[in-house]
Amino acid sequence: MKIHAFGAAKDITGSSLIDFPVEETFVKVKDLKSLLYAKYPDLTNLPSLAISVNLFYASEDTMVNKHDEVALIPPVSGG
Amino acid sequence: MDSIIKIEEVIDLGAAHQSLIHPQCGGICTFIGTVRDLNNSKEVSHLFFETYEKMALLKMQELAEEAAARWDIHRLVMIHAKGLKQITDPVVFIGTASVHRAEAFEASRYLIDRLKEVVPIWKKETYQDHSTWINAHP
Repeated sequence: MKIHAFGAAKDITGSSLIDFPVEETFVKVKDLKSLLYAKYPDLTNLPSLAISVNLFYASEDTMVNKHDEVALIPPVSGG
Repeated sequence: MDSIIKIEEVIDLGAAHQSLIHPQCGGICTFIGTVRDLNNSKEVSHLFFETYEKMALLKMQELAEEAAARWDIHRLVMIHAKGLKQITDPVVFIGTASVHRAEAFEASRYLIDRLKEVVPIWKKETYQDHSTWINAHP
């Protein structure tokens, strides 16, 4: 699964586009986050980490297809 | 309602204001966010804005539609800057035009407040000796 990373999350993962291995075709957002936290423990130090799926904020129970456009959204600070 | 929603390197404030002018509107309310030289008592050298551009534009469009549903506004402009920004540079322009001022004030306030909460844009501040990403919302 390709995962975009921005801001502080990009610094932690070391890349703006991670090639992240997932075994199943579908994975729940909360399970994906657990896998990400295991690989990149520093992500747990962020005040929050949202996941977007196909350009929309996803809930913890959203099912993600490995071909969806997924992104790591740390706290935003526009404006 | 006509709207302009953009993310660009440099915001043309004159053009943004010009596009809000409408013959039926007696009020144009604009907000311009700019880079200041001090944050939390630390001297800021410059800022860098990173955007998830596709999603940011979609969220800004959603906010524009919410504002248009709540207030009778005839023109709406939301522009956010990206890339390197120096002290005093404009980084965000919000503007609405309505028949009377109250609706434009309220709509513009709503748009900038919500933009800061939900639009995927990140600000990195650089001081004299280090840089840090700002975690503003949530």
